[in-house]
This record gives sequence, C-alpha cells and structure tokens, in this order.
Amino acid sequence: MGAVDGKPGPDPKPENRGLTPPVPTLIGKRIPKLDAPDKASGKTRYIHDLEVPGALHARILRSTQVHARIVSIDTSAAKALPGVHAVITAADVPWQRPIGVAKDHLPLKTDRVRSLRDEVAAVAADTEEIAEAALKLIRVQYEPLPVVATPDQALAPGAPLIHPEPHGADASSPQLKSAGAPVAFAGKPDNIAMTFEYAQGDVAKGEAESDFVVEDVFKLHYVTHCCMGVSGVIAEFDPNGNLLLYSNTQVPFLHKREFAELLGIDPARIRIIQPPIGGGFGSKLDIYPFEPIVIFLAKITRRPVKMVFTREEEFLASPTRQPVLLKLRSGCRKDGTLTFRTVETVHDNGAYTSWGATTPFVMMQTISSLYRVPHCKYLTRAVYTNNPYAGSFRGYGNLQATFAVEAHMDKLAEAVGMDGLAFRLRNAQEPGEVTPQGMHFKSCGFKDCLSTAAARSDFLQKQAENRARWKDANPVKRGVGIASMLHVGGGAKIYPSDGCGTILKIDDFAHVTLMTGASEIGQGSETVLSQLVCEELGLPLSAVTVVNNDTDITPWDVGVHASRTTFIAGNSAIGAARKAKAKILSAAAAKTGLAEDALDLRGGCIVRKDTGEKLFELGKFLRGLHFSDRAELVMTTFYYEPPSKHQDKEFRGDVSAAYAWATQVCEIEVDTQTGIVRLLKVTGAHDVGRVLNRLGIEGQIEGGIVMGQGYALTEDLMVEGGVVKNPNFRDYKLVTAPEIPEMDVTFIETMDGEGPQGAKGVGEAPAICIAAAVANAIYNATGTRIYALPFTPENVYRALHGAAKAPAWSAAG
Amino acid sequence: MPASCDIAFTLNGVKRELNVPAGMSALEMLRDKLGLTGTKYGCGEGECGACTILVDGRSMNSCLLFAADCDGRELVTIEGVATTPRGERLRDAFVANGAVQCGFCTPGLMVQASNLIERQPGAGEAEIRRGIEGNLCRCTGYRKIIDAIASAAGAAGAPAKEGSHGRG
Repeated sequence: MGAVDGKPGPDPKPENRGLTPPVPTLIGKRIPKLDAPDKASGKTRYIHDLEVPGALHARILRSTQVHARIVSIDTSAAKALPGVHAVITAADVPWQRPIGVAKDHLPLKTDRVRSLRDEVAAVAADTEEIAEAALKLIRVQYEPLPVVATPDQALAPGAPLIHPEPHGADASSPQLKSAGAPVAFAGKPDNIAMTFEYAQGDVAKGEAESDFVVEDVFKLHYVTHCCMGVSGVIAEFDPNGNLLLYSNTQVPFLHKREFAELLGIDPARIRIIQPPIGGGFGSKLDIYPFEPIVIFLAKITRRPVKMVFTREEEFLASPTRQPVLLKLRSGCRKDGTLTFRTVETVHDNGAYTSWGATTPFVMMQTISSLYRVPHCKYLTRAVYTNNPYAGSFRGYGNLQATFAVEAHMDKLAEAVGMDGLAFRLRNAQEPGEVTPQGMHFKSCGFKDCLSTAAARSDFLQKQAENRARWKDANPVKRGVGIASMLHVGGGAKIYPSDGCGTILKIDDFAHVTLMTGASEIGQGSETVLSQLVCEELGLPLSAVTVVNNDTDITPWDVGVHASRTTFIAGNSAIGAARKAKAKILSAAAAKTGLAEDALDLRGGCIVRKDTGEKLFELGKFLRGLHFSDRAELVMTTFYYEPPSKHQDKEFRGDVSAAYAWATQVCEIEVDTQTGIVRLLKVTGAHDVGRVLNRLGIEGQIEGGIVMGQGYALTEDLMVEGGVVKNPNFRDYKLVTAPEIPEMDVTFIETMDGEGPQGAKGVGEAPAICIAAAVANAIYNATGTRIYALPFTPENVYRALHGAAKAPAWSAAG
Repeated sequence: MPASCDIAFTLNGVKRELNVPAGMSALEMLRDKLGLTGTKYGCGEGECGACTILVDGRSMNSCLLFAADCDGRELVTIEGVATTPRGERLRDAFVANGAVQCGFCTPGLMVQASNLIERQPGAGEAEIRRGIEGNLCRCTGYRKIIDAIASAAGAAGAPAKEGSHGRG
C-alpha cells in the first residue's frame, strides 16, 4: 500500500516470484491513449464532422418567454420558404410521449412553455441557413404566466404551478401501440418533483449526546458541463422503419429502449452509433428534447436529419449541475467523535426532471458514510421552478454534499480544540466497515489518503503559520484547506443490472477484436480495456482493436457513468480474455501433452510457464487450430455483473462493488483588497485500488482537479428570473492554462479484491473535494468562512468586508 | 441570397480559388466548403480556440475571420500542421504525454503550439501557459498539454523542461 507517485509498486503477479527475467506487465505503465494520434492530427470525425448524403439540417425554435401559455403558433410563412422540408410543432406529433427521469417533459411543448429553453417548433431544411431563416418566420403568441424564479417562490402558499395539469400524448393516436410506457404526465399539485428521505439511528439521541453542535446553510450554484464538442445528433429511418441514430449518448442501450418507447416501436429496430464524443462528464445520460425532435423530423421528411447546437444553445439547453440549498446540523463529543447529522436540502429542479433531482442517492452516502456517524437524517425536496433543469455532472451531488460536510468537520474540530487532521482521522472509515446505510468498505485507504495528503503538503504546519498571520499587515493572505471524499468506485447499481458485456475474437493472425458495451467519452476506456486484455493474453497493445460504439455489434452495458467503466467493463474484458486464454491453453495442452496450468501466453507466444520456453507462436497456433479437423476459432463472450445490491426503498444497500477515497489539500492565496483567490497547489492522495494506466489516471485526476477549481473559483451560470445571463465563454469563465495549480498526486494502492487487477473507479473523484478544501483554505487564510459558491472575487470581497449575506434557510422550507 | 465574392489563397501549401458568401467565416469555409473538419467549431465567437488556424504565419480564431478576408493569404490548418516535422513532433509529444482526452480541443491546441514553438523556440512553462491561454480544454486540466508542448519545444533544440510528470 502507499506506492508513491511515479514509482510502480511491487509486482504482485504470482508468476513473477522467483522468475528471472520477470514476466513483463502492462499494468501501472504510462500507456498513451490509443486514439490520441488521430485526435492530435485532426483526423477524428466527431458528430459535427459527419455528413450523411441527402441529410437535412434541423433548427429548433425555443421559447422567448420564461413561463407562458402558448396561444397560437403560425408556421405558414416558414413552411413556404424555399428549401424548407418540414416545420413541426406539438400538433404535428400528437403521439409524442414525455421524456426524462420523471417523464414530465414533452419534446415539443403543447399548451405552455416552462423555461426559456423550451422547444416550441422545429424546422428541417436543405441547409442550416435556410432552417435558421425559417425559424424567424414562425409566429408564436404567448400569454405570459407569473415566473417562479426560486424554490422559495415555488413552495410559497398559492404559488403558480409549473405542471398544473396533465400533459402528454393523445392516447387515441394510432401510433401509440406499445402499452406500458407513459403516454402523459399527470402533473404535480405542489411543485415538488421528487422527495428523498433517509434516516439511520436517532438524531435527537445523537444531539443529546453531543458536546458541540453546529448548524449552517450552504448555497451551491449553477454550473454547466461545457463539453468542448457541442451537442448533436443525426437520425435516419430506413424504408422498413428502422431507426439509425448517430448520437453522443453516454447510455446507448438505455436510450434504445427510451427512444423505442417514445416512438412506439420495438427497441430492436433502433441502432445507435456513437461517433467519438467531444466530452461527456455526465451531460449525456438523459434524453433531451432535441434528440426526439430530430427523430420526428426524420420520420416526417423520410430523410436523414442532422442537428448540431450552437454554443449559446449548449449553454441554454443542455443540463446543469444541480444547484442546492443545504442546511446541515452536526454534532460531536468532547473527544472528537461525531454524534449526528441532520441534513435538509432544497434542489432547484428547474422546469423538468432529469438526473439532477436524483443526486440525493450520492449526497446521502457522503452524509452517512464518509465518516462514521451513528445518527443521520436526510431530506431532499426537488422543487419545480421556471429555471434551467439540472442533469448529472461528474460527482453527482457529491461536490455539494462534501462542501457542507467538510466545512463542518473543520468547525467541529475547532470547537473541540483538535486539529483538522486528527479530528478527521478519529472519524474516518476503515477497511471492513459496513455503514448503517449498508455500504461495505472491503478495501478502504481513507486514513492513508488523509495522512499522505497532509504529510506531503505539510498541512498542519502551514495551517498554523497561516492562522498566525490573520492580523498582520499584508493584505495578501495564504491559506491551506483539507477535504476528503467517498464515491462509488465499483459501479453503482441504480438499475436492476449494472453489468457490461464483452465479445472477444482472436483472428488467424493473433489480432484481437474487443467488442465492449462500454462507451468512450475521452476518459481512455478503450486503452485501459486493451491493456487488461493484453495483460491476460500476453500480447502487445498493437494486437487489439476495440469496437465500442455500435449497438448492433456491442453487447449490453448500462452506460458510461458513476466512474464505473474501468471497473465493470474491465472485469468484463478480463473475463472474456481469460476464457479465450483457457481455450487456447487447453488446445495447446492437448497438442503438447503438458498440463494446461504449465502453459502461459507471453510475448505473442504459447510458452512454458516455469521457464518461459516458447512452444508456439500464437498466430501460427491459432491458424493450426482453425485449419485442422477441429476447425475452431477463438471467440468468447463474457458478461460481468458486479456483486453489488440495488438499494432498498429506505436507500440501504451495498450499491457499489468497491468504494473510492481521496483527500485533497488546497493551498491558496487571497488578496483581501480585491477578493481574488488563487489556487496555488493541490496535494491529492487517491485510493484508486491500483494504478492500471498511470498516464490515463493522472489525466483523469488533473482534469478533475481543474474542473473542481472552476466550480470553486470561476464558473457561475447566472440565472436570474429564469434567464441565463451568461450563455457564452466570455462571461462564463472556465479555468485557462495560466491559472492551473501545481498538482502533487499520490496514488494509494489498496488492491481491491473485486477490482480488475485490483483497480477501482476514479473518474469523478478528483473534482469532488476542491471547492470544500478551498473553502476551508479561505477560512484558514482570513478567518472568514464563506457558505456560498462560487468564490469569485466579487463574492469573496463582499464576504471579507461584511457585505455578503450568509445563505438563509427560507420559511418555505 | 447574400452577395458572394471570388477569393484566391494558399491552403496548406496548395493554391485555391473559391467563391464564398460574404458572410461566411473562414471556419465554415474550411469545414463546409473544403471538407477540412480538423478545425473545430467550439463557440463561434473567438473564446475557445478550437478553430485555431495559421493565417500568414499567425494563429487566429477562424470563426472570427471572414472567408472573404482570406483572399491573398496563406492558411495552414491542423491538416497542414500535422504533416510538418514540427507538427509530427508535437503530435508524438501530445500522444506520449497524455495531452489528449476527448480530443475536441486538440487540433486547435496543436496549431497554437506549433505557432508558439516557431515564434518562441525556447518557450518555458510560463510562456507556454500564456501561449495557450486562448485555448479551452475541459478534460485534461492543461498540465499534460503544457508538458507535451514543453517536450516538443525541447526536442526542437531548446532546453527541455524536466520530466513529463513535472508539477507546477
């Protein structure tokens, strides 16, 4: 355990004990991403680059009103424009069905618009320019309705309702053949989209046992994914009515089913091809209206139809991270033992329900199980407003929950008179723990993460030094802050299955084609899966081709989310490779008279395991197998389903096969005269199970840290009265190269027993703690604790000079 | 229909003559008229750098440049950069250093980096960071891009920054 960055740990391959020279391994090496040469040469064809002959171009007319009744839509002038093939409104697709997590969202709006991004009409034309011109000819009459701009307003007595009445498909439409899928949304009488409640122990008892209790309200803001490749889709029907979709989705197999329900066709008739995807980060886990709308246009025009967003549209009409108002009450004993936590949150759901509403699944894990807390109570209400709606975004509620929890860890430590590290170590989880929520931490490097990050950053000494400088004359202060996180690292069984399938074939020349259900969104899954397969088969990476983007070929996978792909698809790929290896070695054993377990695959050959003596060149052996009286090809399949459990109705259950841990220490500089906070250094220690591809994992961690930096310091999707004020990169500030911190990352290798070669998922982890650690660092620098994000100069300046109001919990709550 | 104009320019070393609508951007011309899709649309307003090309040896956001204004100029896109020795060195450095994830920003960064190395052969950490300030990347956190450019700059004869996993 505790292999230090840059130095590979001991080789755990049993076959290497006592062997000289050792069997070469790909695990832990710096493996360049297989698709990188194409991408760096500009040769990769993203959806934006695909031209389907004969394709029409679609544009969508969005609402000009935040909340309004649609009185009339006149499309006649648009339809008359030369080059226009179709102009559609909800009236043209009476059979459309509601989409999204709560099935409360019709792609084309019928009687009312509920947010500024709402889709009112759509055009398919010969060119984008003509489609754009046609949009300008559509006349829509609105009757404005009162805008519900905040959850407070939405919960106030007599508040206007966002979904007052049922809306949805005309069930009498002959196209609504398949039963079971919802055809209409029933409406909500109270603006509450979803409620999540969880409890363990007795918080009143916990509070009675507490020597110290703190309570605060935290406000977490809107940010959005900003994938560099904007959203896009191409839809095409063949004459038999089969749908081919070129899509950027992160969940192709789930979406096959959803699109089938939407269209009332058999899912078997839908094929989804995913061209290389220009960034995901969770944004592509749900269906958004533009996808069905483009499908409608393709169906109506009987032509391929392509649509690609503008950047402004991407800001307005793609999902956000979930904004949250969170009240946390926590307590501990004099000895520093945590006693209880009570959490209540209001999630601004926006006008429709996507994954953002379900972030409590992850938030309550952090509340209940990052540290040992005997008594917990958790309540979330996701409340409809006329704002943009939140989807899933790397970290999935964990940035928000961790922000609050880690602020209280510092506050309670200070109250008790312990240092923040000792206080955390006292309450940190250990291997073997089964938490009251049912999570079983089979491998857990949390305490190693805490100690390592603190030691490498000299946390305690710097913290004391910074604090001693609160009152000195220098207006530029230094601060250091610590925060930790727990996240699923072995998939997340939020569906009945959390599995992934693999088909593997080895051809006559020992070339492997790995067909995996796992999608690639830039994270490097194709490389790590190839690595794992080559490790089993003793082949070089050049011997593998990965097919991962066509639902007609690849086996089922639940999707690229929850940091699950390396773990789940990795185990699946290993399973298929081991079956292939067993088959090959069995044939070789028969041929040589040696036992199967005396043989191995190395360096493209079948060898004697003990001596490494080459017996057969693999390609030649496979050809021999093929062109013989046995006439066999080596083709295997494997389906991996992790041994995790679907949570019960009380949200209890061991939802992941492994859990990832991390501690990050952030060092900052605050200019108290300007409010500018600079992130100088991040020292991270990550329990990743085992490093598989060092280059890839460093890339995930560094990218996540900088994404967390943006969340903490610069990014702010400003929504006022339902209007996004800054839908562009000039006013929505992403972190740029000059601003990135020094990063010192240590990997804690706990060798998870279920993980592929011991690895755990890591994709989301690095983004999670940064804002929490920066908040603690600002306190360490200035003595001022700020409870609302982001820490932009204006917000920080106000807070430091007593001009900021602390977030308040409202009466409506 | 909008007015159009005839232009003549050099594109990746080849002379081209073209009739373009007056309102068309160089980015649209490259992608839609000439099929060079390596240059990416990221924002259309000069904020993200995904559409970076070289115009008369200077890096520019092609989304902000009118196609009509390419008349008489020399344009080099990622397709051109990728085939130069410097471009190949940069490509290898981007690959080896893990500077590519989703890859959408990568062509723009390759062009920007090529220009940077040509203009500042000895560019160090600070110059490289400043030099790619106008190129947004959402995946990598820039560290490995900076390392890649430093390594390619070093291979060009300038003193290299230490270690591909150099911090800060």
